Amino acid sequence: MASHLPISYDPSSSTSLHTQQLIFCSSDKVKDFEKAQLRIPSSFRRKAANLQTMASGKTPGLTQEANDFTSGENNTDDVFDDMKQRFLAFKKLNYMDNLEHFKKLADAQAPKFLVIACADSRVCPSAVLGFQPGEAFTVRNIANLVPSYESGPTETKAALQFSVNTLEVENILVVGHSRCGGIQALMSMEDEGDSRSFIRNWVIVGKKAKESTKAVASNLHFDHQCQHCEKTSINHSLERLLGYPWIEEKVRNGSLSLHGGYYDFVNCTFEKWTVDYEGSRGGKKEGSGIAVKNRSVW
Amino acid sequence: MAPAFGKCFTFCCAKTSPEGDEMATDAYEAAIKGLKDLLSKKADLGNVAAEKIKELTQELKELDSSNSDAVERIKSGFTHFKTQKYLKDSARFNDLAKGQSPKFLVFACSDSRVCPSHILNFQPGEAFVVRNIANMVPPFDQKRHSGVGAAVEYAVVHLKVENILVIGHSRCGGIKGLMSIEDDAAPTKSDFIENWVKIGASARNKIKEEHQGLDDEAKCTECEKEAVNVSLGNLLSYPFVRAEVVKNTLAIRGAHYNFVKGTFDLWELDFKTTPAYAFS
Repeated sequence: MASHLPISYDPSSSTSLHTQQLIFCSSDKVKDFEKAQLRIPSSFRRKAANLQTMASGKTPGLTQEANDFTSGENNTDDVFDDMKQRFLAFKKLNYMDNLEHFKKLADAQAPKFLVIACADSRVCPSAVLGFQPGEAFTVRNIANLVPSYESGPTETKAALQFSVNTLEVENILVVGHSRCGGIQALMSMEDEGDSRSFIRNWVIVGKKAKESTKAVASNLHFDHQCQHCEKTSINHSLERLLGYPWIEEKVRNGSLSLHGGYYDFVNCTFEKWTVDYEGSRGGKKEGSGIAVKNRSVW
Repeated sequence: MAPAFGKCFTFCCAKTSPEGDEMATDAYEAAIKGLKDLLSKKADLGNVAAEKIKELTQELKELDSSNSDAVERIKSGFTHFKTQKYLKDSARFNDLAKGQSPKFLVFACSDSRVCPSHILNFQPGEAFVVRNIANMVPPFDQKRHSGVGAAVEYAVVHLKVENILVIGHSRCGGIKGLMSIEDDAAPTKSDFIENWVKIGASARNKIKEEHQGLDDEAKCTECEKEAVNVSLGNLLSYPFVRAEVVKNTLAIRGAHYNFVKGTFDLWELDFKTTPAYAFS
């Protein structure tokens, strides 16, 4: 059962009360926030007497803040309750019914898939492709991008290393989707844009897909260009995967397969294809340096 | 459910396979016998035979892992989703197709056992989800960590989520890796993993200092939770996050899902500034 939830304020207070540690949040202080929470009740008791005196002469500003604070607190309770109901539903309907299975999973996971999907709230691979606990090691980032081995931001690479070398997954599936905000940002990005934007610094990983889309589809409506780019970007990510030596080795000896997938939630279709490693080496290109096989649409 | 699906799959195939298996084995044994007979008469063909057998074994391996099983798995998953969810609630999915407005940004581990859609039953449209090793949020760094930064920026500034939730979990391989990094060790083959999980280094140091008496597994559990706190703190290093938190329009929470015990702990990060008192 969920343990007692630490609350860091006393809802009955008429003024909001915070310790110095919580106000000026350097990361050191924040890490001690649990300790600070325990200290608040005693410091509150000491200060309460003084504060009540101050509060009686309170300014409109303080009143407003207190009102805001109280309404914020109701939302907090709602969200806590909501989370609790969600978790208990999972526990009752899924976990308890499959206790044996979950006990085994608790000891070790042996997923057959590494899935790289977008963080978009509409495209969770567990929901759309029905992956159950234990089946898919999942990376989710903006626009389901895989940076190249030699350069680029590092977050996704650790997951690639762990899933391929330690868990030894048999399949990598890169799943793109329709109406992707990240791809849209990539396509509408100015070349000389605001380099202080995180989004820009990340989606630029997919720059090659944008260039190749502009080269073949610039006469199309922007939405269709984006859709073209969504699919091309998947293939470019697959190609970049082959640039990781330990991935290429496993693909070459047949113990790892790379797949692309495209989920169109406007029409509810799923298109999938598999990288043809031999064909890719033989020079049969798809405009992105890889050859594919076994394409199908569901 | 995976076990039920597994049973169905076995049942469907059961009718054809037993006799099929026997016939296949007979044919194989006959072929091997023929080969042995030949080689006993012409021993010098041994090397040629060995090469051919290696090639054949490789081909058969490829056929086997020609991922027809994997593809079938994905296909049946999607078909189930389409018929049981999408088509039964097409009005909602049509709305979602036009735009998303999730209330949550969730950071969860890539571990196959901890998908937030399962444990917290998030439906399509409810949660913008980032998954990486050990559910880490690195501090603000536009060069090295633009991936996480992009997701936070998009969720907070563009989608205007109301909650950020960082979920740690039991038996986390990433945290275990963090706890076992030796100080000043030479880079290993898992350099990507190590460099990534070092984001949680201060959590590891704290656990090593304050929980020396615990066994390794208990230390890891404490580190799993403390690393969540490090991530919560790191969230505040993003100015657009801080701005929303101070205005009370964004709440930040940490959580720990323990799938060994079947428990879920949830806590909140409190961060406020009061109006300044002017001393004059």
